[in-house]
Amino acid sequence: MHTDPTSNAPQKGLQDLDQVVIRFAGDSGDGMQLTGDQFTRTTALMGNDIATFPDFPAEIRAPAGTVPGVSAFQLRFSSFDIHTPGDAPDVLVAMNPAALKVHLKELKKDGVLLLNTASFGALDLKKAKYDKDPRSDGTLSGWRVIEVDLEARTREALASSPLDNRGKDRCKNMYALGILYWMFHRDVAPTEKAIADKFKKKPEIVEANLLAMKAGYAYAETTEVFQTAYRVSPAPMRPGTYRNIQGNQALSLGLVAASKRANLPIFLGSYPITPASDILHQLSSYKHHGVTTFQAEDEIAAVASAIGASYSGQLGVTSTSGPGMALKAEAIGLAVMAELPLVILNVQRAGPSTGMPTKTQQADLMQAMYGRNGECPVAVLAASTPGDAFEVAYEAVRIAVKYMLPVIVLSDGYIANGSEPWLLPDVDRLPPIEVKFAPPSSDGSKFQPYQRDPATLARPWARPGTPGLMHRIGGIEKKDGTGNICYDADNHAHMVATRAKKVANIADDLPPLTTFGPRTGDVLVLGWGSPRGAITAATQRLQQQGHRISCAFLRHLNPLPKDLEALLRGFKQVVLPELNSGQLAMLLRARFLIDVQSYSQVDGQPFKSHDLEAHLTQVLAASKEVK
Amino acid sequence: MTTSEHPPLAKKDYKSDQEVRWCPGCGDYSILNAVQGAFAKLQKQLHQTVIISGIGCSSRFPYYMETFGFHTIHGRAPAIATGVKVANPELDVWVVTGDGDAMSIGGNHFIHAMRRNVGLRILMFNNRIYGLTKGQFSPTSEQGKVTKSSPLGSVDYPFAPIALALGAGGTFVARGIDILGAHLEETIVRASGHQGTAYVEIYQNCNIFNDGAYKATTDKEVRDQRILYLQHGQPLLFGANKDRGIAFDSHFQPCLVSGPDLGKAFVWDETSESPAPAMALATMSEAEFPVPVGVFRRREKPTFEAGVVQQMAAAKARKQESLHDLLHAGEVWHVN
Ligand code: SF4
Repeated sequence: MHTDPTSNAPQKGLQDLDQVVIRFAGDSGDGMQLTGDQFTRTTALMGNDIATFPDFPAEIRAPAGTVPGVSAFQLRFSSFDIHTPGDAPDVLVAMNPAALKVHLKELKKDGVLLLNTASFGALDLKKAKYDKDPRSDGTLSGWRVIEVDLEARTREALASSPLDNRGKDRCKNMYALGILYWMFHRDVAPTEKAIADKFKKKPEIVEANLLAMKAGYAYAETTEVFQTAYRVSPAPMRPGTYRNIQGNQALSLGLVAASKRANLPIFLGSYPITPASDILHQLSSYKHHGVTTFQAEDEIAAVASAIGASYSGQLGVTSTSGPGMALKAEAIGLAVMAELPLVILNVQRAGPSTGMPTKTQQADLMQAMYGRNGECPVAVLAASTPGDAFEVAYEAVRIAVKYMLPVIVLSDGYIANGSEPWLLPDVDRLPPIEVKFAPPSSDGSKFQPYQRDPATLARPWARPGTPGLMHRIGGIEKKDGTGNICYDADNHAHMVATRAKKVANIADDLPPLTTFGPRTGDVLVLGWGSPRGAITAATQRLQQQGHRISCAFLRHLNPLPKDLEALLRGFKQVVLPELNSGQLAMLLRARFLIDVQSYSQVDGQPFKSHDLEAHLTQVLAASKEVK
Repeated sequence: MTTSEHPPLAKKDYKSDQEVRWCPGCGDYSILNAVQGAFAKLQKQLHQTVIISGIGCSSRFPYYMETFGFHTIHGRAPAIATGVKVANPELDVWVVTGDGDAMSIGGNHFIHAMRRNVGLRILMFNNRIYGLTKGQFSPTSEQGKVTKSSPLGSVDYPFAPIALALGAGGTFVARGIDILGAHLEETIVRASGHQGTAYVEIYQNCNIFNDGAYKATTDKEVRDQRILYLQHGQPLLFGANKDRGIAFDSHFQPCLVSGPDLGKAFVWDETSESPAPAMALATMSEAEFPVPVGVFRRREKPTFEAGVVQQMAAAKARKQESLHDLLHAGEVWHVN
């Protein structure tokens, strides 16, 4: 068969679109994530801008065919610059009645529903809690429904395959992918290559998957059900080399890049936890870059071993999610007292307690800021997109070693698993990271472990094994300079202030905040973390309507950039959308006595840009009335 | 060992300038003395030696040693020490801990350090009480112990720390007693030479909150009858004239032998493949049997850090990749 879509498509209609939102939904075992991932890679390679949102069910597999077992992957691709994976899909691929039940209500009116009819027996309907067959009771009216028995079609296509029926059925997602590749005028070659690589050792699986994909493509091309294919032209992107990247990958790469630039080996102490485990997986495959990974016995040992590695002179890193952060709190306090560099990655998920591990949230900000005993400040950074996570991880290393303190990096499930095209940085242009270890001493004087750099207040990094530097440190309060145990009142007050000042000093290095839109106006939408895309999209639409609205984003949450207050004061109103009950809004109100308005959503889902736009429209209207 | 650049170090060279602040009469003083003696004997280099502790009376130890020292948080010393050792396997890393620190709040890290066979020397001062918090029963206190937190006697059964270490896969497991200074020093010297985790339980008297905890074993009058010195290749004999011994029956139960049966005394092999004899000695009743001191078990096994280093070296030999190539790995595309 032809693999170049341009040679086939003209036989039918071809229509140009500037963007499409597709959602794949099926059972956890239906391979929806893989299908979405393949469509994403292909589309990125074809030059479109793309954003994705994998929406996983709970980690423990619910019974097949039931509503809790539905797994989805949404992607949006376009011929222009986009910031979010879109709100409502134009195309829904529903692999079973349960997927239909969960996702149909969000499909755009007039949207395309590609429905797998293989599993619409009475039992399937019952599992999905349908009383009647939705195909025959009008449920589906208002949408363009394409019914395909994917199992039957796939088995036909794989008649000569040595796989058993079960194995053949597992290829039905590829049949669906083939249909979509025809519909959206995609090149099948990248997927052929990816599948061949993925199942290198199982040629019969490669063959079956590719046969199914090609059969789906041919089916769409030849049957009359499909009248039109759609074309979305490449988006104008900044020149350079791109790859597709997910947030957890970017955090890992950012750490390795910083490690290479600083010539400082990384030691990751980690304990498996959703949605952060991929960082452990990824870094454990970078041993050839000098990365040591230690899968610890628990979250506490994970951070403790990282602190030990930093003490030894490597860069200690630990990766986790909220419940793990709670367990690490005491050890982070030790790193604050011992004034050792440490990077703590918290890929936030919906809490409290176990909460919803596969769903996203930004509710660990206060925990990062204050979740330790005593006055215990650390630097806090937030990543806002998958690509941004690279820079944030890099920045975390720079701060940790320059100021000798722990840095918490907040990401979240949405960034961790979402992906976007990433303009690869020029490695030679990455900012240098200078690491200074205390030199050996032979003059016989007592080494002063807390003798500080006058500018940064950082103490020396004195590696064991260095002659003449023997000293004792610990979590107990100590005399500045000597590091000896000291319960003196004045010294304690001085040390508390010094540890705070060290964090505050980080603000001296920070570039001015950038804004999208003018630095004064009616409304400033301030954001941090993953809502960035939705905020940007909503703000841009409102700007196009002529509103005096701007947005800005905080990467540094502690310390805050020095120019933040002036920026906030340049607007009549400040709105802060965050996926928590208003944590940063509360901090900023307390800090600046400015009426920062919280726009909060705590349901485990990312913001939809249309919801935000509607809210901001109201805020803008109110601000007009005030005038 | 001594080199021309480093003049030989005396015992006093291992003492820091900090005033030692344990209660007068505390068993910790004699342990400190034994460690300094052992270090001098081994000519340990101060800058190559790191002592890491948790929380408790014993954990003040690093402040009194002129080496590198890290007084950390309750129970976590083995985990921190694991990071220290793996990040720099050249360092000589010691953990000083207590029965509450290692067996209670830090139990998990303790067993996992043993399981991995990380090259740490763990000295656990066992005074069978919480001293720093002023006298609550600990996980090694005998059942029925009356303390501030157990006015009617504790209901808990105690751990047998040696058995716990053996069960966790410890490759060097030994016991010393604070007042048997020379034996303790020798035991510490032997622990220092072990590759992998070396665990030494040290019976330590807390004269403030648990005075006399080991009196029935260590008093001069009873000592000979109550202490069994484990000696590799020698039968398990004790008593002033070595006229009593320990044998095992067919169910591996220990039994006392003397007189004509003395020849049945079990010949101690600290390197025995089976941990059963060591386990039997570690769990026998202190009321009926003497208390064994010395090395219960010593086995050679590759260390954790060596495995980590080896994997990294192999990975580096297999694949060299620039940062640029790492970032560009997988599918990339160009936009002009
Ligand atoms: S309380 Fe007991 S263990 Fe602690 S220093 Fe005093 S005597 Fe020693």
